[in-house]
Amino acid sequence: MNPSATDWPKRSADLSDDGILEISMGPQHPSTHGVFRMNVKLDGETVVWLKPVFGYLHRNHEQLAEKMSYFGSMPYTDRLDYFSSLSNNWAYALSVEKLTGIEVPERAEYLRVLLAELTRLQNHSAFLGFLLGDMGAWGSVLMYAFRERDLILDLFESLTGSRMMCNYMRFGGCRCDLPAGWLAQARKVVDDYPAFLDEMEQLLVGNEILVARTQGVGVLSGADAINGGLTGPMLRASGVDYDIRKVDRYGIYDRFDFQVPLGAHGDTYDRLMVRLLEMRESLKILDAVLREIPEGPILDPKSKSRGLRPPVGEAYARLEAPKGELGFYLISDKSPEPYRYRVRPPSLINLTLLEDMCLGSKIADVMVILGSVDIVLGEVDR
Amino acid sequence: MKTKANSKPEQMLPLGDIKVQIMAALPGAACEIVPNPGPSGQDSLRVEPASVLAVARFLRDDERHLFDYCSNVTGVDWLDQTVSETVKVAGTDAAGQATELEEKVERVVPGYLEAVYHLYSVAKKTGPLVLRVRTGNRSDDVEIPSLTPLWRSCEFQEREIFDLYGIRFSGHPDLRRLLMWDTFEGHPMRKDYQSPDETLAFATANGKEDV
Repeated sequence: MNPSATDWPKRSADLSDDGILEISMGPQHPSTHGVFRMNVKLDGETVVWLKPVFGYLHRNHEQLAEKMSYFGSMPYTDRLDYFSSLSNNWAYALSVEKLTGIEVPERAEYLRVLLAELTRLQNHSAFLGFLLGDMGAWGSVLMYAFRERDLILDLFESLTGSRMMCNYMRFGGCRCDLPAGWLAQARKVVDDYPAFLDEMEQLLVGNEILVARTQGVGVLSGADAINGGLTGPMLRASGVDYDIRKVDRYGIYDRFDFQVPLGAHGDTYDRLMVRLLEMRESLKILDAVLREIPEGPILDPKSKSRGLRPPVGEAYARLEAPKGELGFYLISDKSPEPYRYRVRPPSLINLTLLEDMCLGSKIADVMVILGSVDIVLGEVDR
Repeated sequence: MKTKANSKPEQMLPLGDIKVQIMAALPGAACEIVPNPGPSGQDSLRVEPASVLAVARFLRDDERHLFDYCSNVTGVDWLDQTVSETVKVAGTDAAGQATELEEKVERVVPGYLEAVYHLYSVAKKTGPLVLRVRTGNRSDDVEIPSLTPLWRSCEFQEREIFDLYGIRFSGHPDLRRLLMWDTFEGHPMRKDYQSPDETLAFATANGKEDV
């Protein structure tokens, strides 16, 4: 069997090749998390070949951004990974700040950490629900997760006006200050969250079906994960100690005491557990932020969003988004539009080794492995 | 399952030192430092296509660098540029004496496509090292070596550059379009790309053409 680059579009079923069955999974498959397609070749039920097909949600985000002002792209970054719009905002603001040398006031740094960690909490909670949905526990776990996620989205809505497309960060700070009573409400959410995590752990960790479906499934070694450019929980589940919050210490992450959970086997179970543990670490950070957040301005008075013309140069800035390393690479030629605007999408690059993880697995495990990557197609296809 | 605190990140060597080490290890390599005038201070290392594989392998495997993780790969399109320069030419002044005169000349700097790689080291927690490779021009000389054999993270990203910019990566295992469909013509991220929608004129009900 020789997978050729030219035999495309493929027929959805081909039985001619020694009983190898070729099927097209997606783009309307309910478990592919959006319009994502995989061409899979099966020997019986075993995957022998798998190629992802992208582009169903492609709108050339980068070209749009190169035709509008720096500030004009900020709301569009929400639509990349639409589960974590605040992390996207921050990553873009971070790279523009690096490009221009804008400083960020202390209170705004705290607000950014606060919102980014809340984003991580709700992203990972939803991830657990979706992953269990992929395994057949359709609905109930997801609804528990969404119940808690909604409390965080309420916070986002009262602060930014939107539950998902928040468009909140600005170059040199944040858009608006917290409304009255917001911190108390956030404190309640953070204090109540461990009970939900305990409940989730009791429900999931020892569950016989979950263990059978995830342990030893989609195993990836640490060396392969690094070489394949995997980042975030995917990389750490393979035992690689690399968290950009610790490595780059962007923002004010050097002030907080938290640990980096690592997996030992690099399988789907570890990816799930790493995220569960990461949520507990995020709660530690949130607890400290809510205790220490200072008063003060939230926007650097010298910064300007409109009519921004950064000096000639380029900058790559990245941060630890819930799904991995989200980076923005910008080149400025001192015009109001970026000469080059590039998003480094963790969701796309984490799929590089999808075939490696799936080879030799059963077809039913492909969905579980894909679910454990945690992709959002808005970011994969851009 | 274990948790552990990270070690303190090391500092990356200055780019000048890295270049000296590359030249010592690979005497034939052709590379130069491209300074970054902006506040970010991320200078980059431009390598000729002929030596990029050797240089990249050195950066990945050498104990002093260990750039084991290629984070970001992207294309940049640089159009032909007309620059006017003032040059000094020999001539005679009003009194008939031989002297140097200043003359303005216009010169076309040919454009090129560029692949930019951001390398990090997970082992040493350093980076980014910015590696740039340029094609000969924007039309027929657009082939540069693929770095996918060294870092598999380049696979989809180089496909995307091939798709959107039209750089051909020799040695890439599966060089197909990534985001656009296979029958699509052109490379939409190029600076001179004209979208068909912008040039098509549609007849409207009252007979006028609506662009």
